[in-house]
Amino acid sequence: MRSSAFVEIKNAAKSFGTLQVLRDINLSVERGQIVAIIGPSGSGKSTLLRAINELDPLTSGEVWLEGVQINRQLPPRQYEKHVNQVRQNIGMVFQHFNLFPHLTVRGNITLAPRMLKGISEADANALAEEQLTKVGLLEKIDEYPSRLSGGQKQRVAIARALAMKPKVMLFDEATSALDPELVEEVNQVMKQLAEEHMTMIIVTHEMDFAASVCDRVIFMDGGVVVEEGPPSVLFKNPQEERTRNFLRKHLARNGD
Amino acid sequence: MGLDFSVVPGYFGVLLQGMAWTVAITLGAGILSFFGGIIFAVAALYAPWFIRLPMRLFAWLFMGTPLLLQLFLIYFGLIQIGIDLPAFVAGIIGLGLHFAVYNSELIQSSILAVDKGQYEGARTLGLSRGQTLRQIIIPQAVHAVIPPMGNNMIALLKDSALVSVIGVMELTLAAQQSISRTYRPFEFYIAAAFCYYIINLALEAGLRRLERRIAASR
Ligand SMILES: Nc1ncnc2c1ncn2[C@@H]1O[C@H](COP(=O)(O)OP(=O)(O)OP(=O)(O)O)[C@@H](O)[C@H]1O
Ligand SMILES: [Mg+2]
Repeated sequence: MRSSAFVEIKNAAKSFGTLQVLRDINLSVERGQIVAIIGPSGSGKSTLLRAINELDPLTSGEVWLEGVQINRQLPPRQYEKHVNQVRQNIGMVFQHFNLFPHLTVRGNITLAPRMLKGISEADANALAEEQLTKVGLLEKIDEYPSRLSGGQKQRVAIARALAMKPKVMLFDEATSALDPELVEEVNQVMKQLAEEHMTMIIVTHEMDFAASVCDRVIFMDGGVVVEEGPPSVLFKNPQEERTRNFLRKHLARNGD
Repeated sequence: MGLDFSVVPGYFGVLLQGMAWTVAITLGAGILSFFGGIIFAVAALYAPWFIRLPMRLFAWLFMGTPLLLQLFLIYFGLIQIGIDLPAFVAGIIGLGLHFAVYNSELIQSSILAVDKGQYEGARTLGLSRGQTLRQIIIPQAVHAVIPPMGNNMIALLKDSALVSVIGVMELTLAAQQSISRTYRPFEFYIAAAFCYYIINLALEAGLRRLERRIAASR
């Protein structure tokens, strides 16, 4: 069963031991589309995102990217090769950045392209400069991550992911570990990617941001997709009681 | 018979040569214990059981028996099975493996302590398990254990005196030989102690520089 959408998740289910975290999730994302995933803590947002690049492989169901099945059942060696290959097409940005502290910003960005794409050092440096310029941090190229602010770290992490020229970018609460005043600079970079029509799947707790950049919002609860639709509908006129409850609580908590 | 240090300068050459051997053995065994420690640690954590089990036995042998016995075994014992090592080489292997086992214990726990996000960050970019281990996990694990590994290196320097028993002309044996000619044990043991102290200072200075360089990147 080939898939026509750019990213397609079919009948996805995931259990950790006896705990079922995802149940029968279907989701398709077109090229250039930007999708936000929202939902309460523990609803399975991260697990779904991490299933897309096989960090948390599904128990059953399928994940496809551009006509290639990502979660193929293969013998261990072939599987290892296969995931290493497909992951190069999928950029991921984590809540806690996961920059490599023993490498400079340059080293962080050039490591994977040099090792996996066999590009020369000069080309790798040019690539690092290009990506850092994009996130506005060229002057930090020779710094170590420990010398950067949280917002700067996350922008470097985005540059590192972009240097692999991924087809899709996954963001797992990219701004929720940041001090409030640093959130905007990271959001700006993501908005810029949106303008360049990068395909993005964004797990977020920031409803305003989701409303302003995303084409579609998915509300998850208890491991299922409860409701999905354009932000104008889902935020302004949610159809499901659970969505309304979540949004109400969320607004109350954030006091705006 | 009072103390008379004026005999020492006459044996400067002998002591200096002894010092050179001590430094060479310490460096050789130190390098072996460093890389051996990394290899043992990785094998202990990731190798299949038929490699892991013999290695546990090996580690137990090296941690649970006297270094002196291990040196005898490598130098005199191996000859019986046709492996005739020069004393200098046997000394480096014995000291190096002995301390590799200690370093391996440090590195193993340090590998396990590296944040899981580091592994995920690297794998997500497409790096293989081996590439992630070599490029991301091991460098960080090793950085974290430079101070305690430095202590092992200093212990190694002091224990290098033991290789005198298999006839390597290192500092302790050089002092003993000078004593057997002059009958001045106090003076020459003091002189040897002073030499060890100098090497120790140099070693500590080197380790501190290394630590500072690593700290600069944190
Ligand atoms: N590796 C794991 N092993 C066992 N249980 C896990 C694992 N990862 C996640 N879970 C469980 O799966 C459920 C969904 O977790 P997940 O991290 O996907 O939620 P989330 O929607 O991302 O929540 P949050 O908003 O807090 O990040 C939770 O109950 C969590 O405890
Ligand atoms: Mg999460």
